Amino acid sequence: MAEPVVQVRGLKAAFDGRTVFENVSFEVNRGEVFVILGGSGCGKSTLLKHLIGLYEPAAGQVLVLGQDIHALDGEARQALLRQIGVMWQSGALFGSASLAENVMVPLEQHTTLPAEARALVARAKLGLVGLSDAAARLPAEISGGMAKRAGIARAMALDPPVLFLDEPSAGLDPITSAGLDALIVQLARDLGTTFVVVTHELQSILAIGDRCIMLDKEAKGMIAEGDPRALRDQSDNPTVRAFFRREVMA
Amino acid sequence: MSRIARRARADPLGCRQGAAEGGPGGLALGRRSGKLPRVSLVISPEPPGDHPSKPTCLRLAFTGRLDASAAARDWAEASRRARAGQKLHLDLSGLETLDMSGAVLLLRLENLAGPARWTVPPGPMQALLDRTRQALAGPRPPAAPPPLPWLAWFGQLAWLGGSAVLTRLAFLGEAVVSGFGLLRHPRRLRLAELLRHLDEAGLRAFPLCILLGLLLGMILAFQSSVPMRRFGAESFIPNLVGISLLRELGPLMAAVILAGRTGSAFAAEIGTMTVNEEVDALRVMGIDPMAWLVLPRVLAAVAVMPVLALVMDLAGLIGMGVVMGSLGYPPASVIAALERSLVLKDLVGGLFKAAAFGLAVGLIGCRAGLAAGRGPRAVGDAATSAVVGGIVAMVLLDGIFATLFFRLGL
Repeated sequence: MAEPVVQVRGLKAAFDGRTVFENVSFEVNRGEVFVILGGSGCGKSTLLKHLIGLYEPAAGQVLVLGQDIHALDGEARQALLRQIGVMWQSGALFGSASLAENVMVPLEQHTTLPAEARALVARAKLGLVGLSDAAARLPAEISGGMAKRAGIARAMALDPPVLFLDEPSAGLDPITSAGLDALIVQLARDLGTTFVVVTHELQSILAIGDRCIMLDKEAKGMIAEGDPRALRDQSDNPTVRAFFRREVMA
Repeated sequence: MSRIARRARADPLGCRQGAAEGGPGGLALGRRSGKLPRVSLVISPEPPGDHPSKPTCLRLAFTGRLDASAAARDWAEASRRARAGQKLHLDLSGLETLDMSGAVLLLRLENLAGPARWTVPPGPMQALLDRTRQALAGPRPPAAPPPLPWLAWFGQLAWLGGSAVLTRLAFLGEAVVSGFGLLRHPRRLRLAELLRHLDEAGLRAFPLCILLGLLLGMILAFQSSVPMRRFGAESFIPNLVGISLLRELGPLMAAVILAGRTGSAFAAEIGTMTVNEEVDALRVMGIDPMAWLVLPRVLAAVAVMPVLALVMDLAGLIGMGVVMGSLGYPPASVIAALERSLVLKDLVGGLFKAAAFGLAVGLIGCRAGLAAGRGPRAVGDAATSAVVGGIVAMVLLDGIFATLFFRLGL
C-alpha cells in the first residue's frame, strides 16, 4: 500500500485578501516523483513554499512525513525540517563558500560527523550530481546548470527522504536539462527519495513525473491530477490539453 | 562515548569471546534504544574455518540503521579497526536502513583496509553502495597552484599594482572625456538623475552635518579653553576654532560624511547594476555608462560638497559660540573676534578643497561600483573599497593642498 509522505488538505493561499489558489488537496507517496505544474503565475512556487513551511496557509493543512509542518515549532519543527531538502530556483548557494563547503553546511550544523567524514560525504554528494571536479569553486564561478546541480547536492546533504525542487530545469539547455531529469529519476529509483518538483517544462514533466497536479491561474486551484502522460493523451479539460499540446488558448 | 565503545577501545584485538551485547563472539559499538536499534556495529574475528593457521579476518557487522548520526558515532572507532591491517568483512546482512553517509563510512573502511569481503542483503543497498562508490571516484578538483618564488611574487605584486594604477588612470581619462563630451552635448546629462543625487547627497546630509559641526565646534572650544586659559588667551579661541574649521576640519569632516553616506551608496548602487548585467546592457544599447551613471553622481558630489562644508563650518562656529557664552563671552565679542581673525581666502580655500574632495569621493565611489565582480560579496566589497579609497584620497589631497597653499602663501 502506498505510504503518503506529503499530504495536502484543502490548502488555500491568500495575500492581502487576494486568493492565489484554494481547495488544493493531494498526496505524494514515498519514492515517487510528483510534479506540480501549471502556467506562469498560477501559484506553483507559492504552493511549494507552503509545503516547506515558509508560508502560512490561509486555510487547510500540510502534513509532511505525517506531521503538520505549520503546527510545529521549536525543536520539533527543526527536526522535521532536517528531514526535507529544498533546491531553490536560483540554487541559493552561499556565495562566499565553495561548493563543497556549501554541501558541508548542513552536515556541520546537524550531524556530529568528523571533518574527514563531512568532506567525504560532500564529495560523494557532489560526485552524485557530476560536480566532483568543481568542489573547490565558488558559486560565482559556475554556470546556472551547475548551480542547480550543486543546489540538489546541498539539499541531499542529510539524505532527506523527501526533496522539493523549484524549477530544476528552467533556463537550462536541453542536454543539461535532460541530464538533470535523468539524475532525479535515478535518485528516486536508487535511493528511494521522494521528489516534489515544481516545473512548467513540458519535456521534464513527461520524463520524470510519476504523478502530477496542475494549477490554473483562472480557476485559482487544481484543475487536474494524475499521470502526466495520461493527462496529455486523455484530458478533457481545454486548459490541460492546451498546456500539454502547447496550443494557444482562444 | 558509550560504555560499550569505551570497552572496545580497551581491547586492541577488537575481539571478546562471548560478548552478550554484541552477539556471540563479538563486540558491539554504539547503543540500542527502543524497538529499532539506532545502530549496532559488531566487531569480531572471522571464524577460522578449516584452516586454523590462517590469519583471521576482521568482521564488522552492522545492524539497524546506518545513517549520518550512526556513522558519526562509529567513524573513529571503525576507522581505527580498519587500519589494523587485517582483511575486512563488511557484513550488512542485519542492516535495515543505509543512507549515503553510512555508505561513505563503509567505503572509507574498505579504502583503509584494502579490498573487503561484502555481505549485502538483496535490495536497494547494493545500488546505493555502487552509486556512492561511483560518486566518490569522480575527478578530483585541480590542485591549488604552488606558491610563487619570492622574485616572481614580487614581480606579480608590481604588475598588479601597476595595472591597478593604470585602470584608475584610464577611468579618470574616460570620465574627463565624457565630461568634455557633455559640454558639447549637454542634453546627454540626465537632469532628473542629477537632482535626485543632489537631494540624496546634499539635502539629506544636512542634519548629520549640522549635528557633527555643532559637536565639533563645541569640542574644539572646550579642549582649547583649558590650555589657553593658563596664558589668559581665552579670547583667542574664536580665532583658533574659526581658522581650523574653515580651512581644514569643515571640508574634511564634510568629505568623511560624503564618503560614508554617498560614496558607499554610489558603489553599492552601481555595483548591483554591474552584478545584474545592467551596465553591460547599457553598453550594448550604445549608452555610455559614464554619461548615464557616473557623471550625474560626480557632478552632484562636486556641487554639494562646498555646501556641506559651509553648513559644517557654520554649525561648528555656532557650537563654539555656545561654549564661549558659557565661558562668559557675549556673542558680539565672539563675532568681532571672528571678523578680526578670518579672511575670505580661508573660506574660499576650504570650499575649493571641499569641491575637490567631492570630485575624488564621487569618482572613487562610481569606479568601485563599475569594477564590482560577480557574486553577493561583490557589492559589499565595492562599498568598502569606495569608503576606504575615498577617505585615503581625501587625506592625500588635503596634504597636497596644504603644501600648495603654503607655497602660494595662501
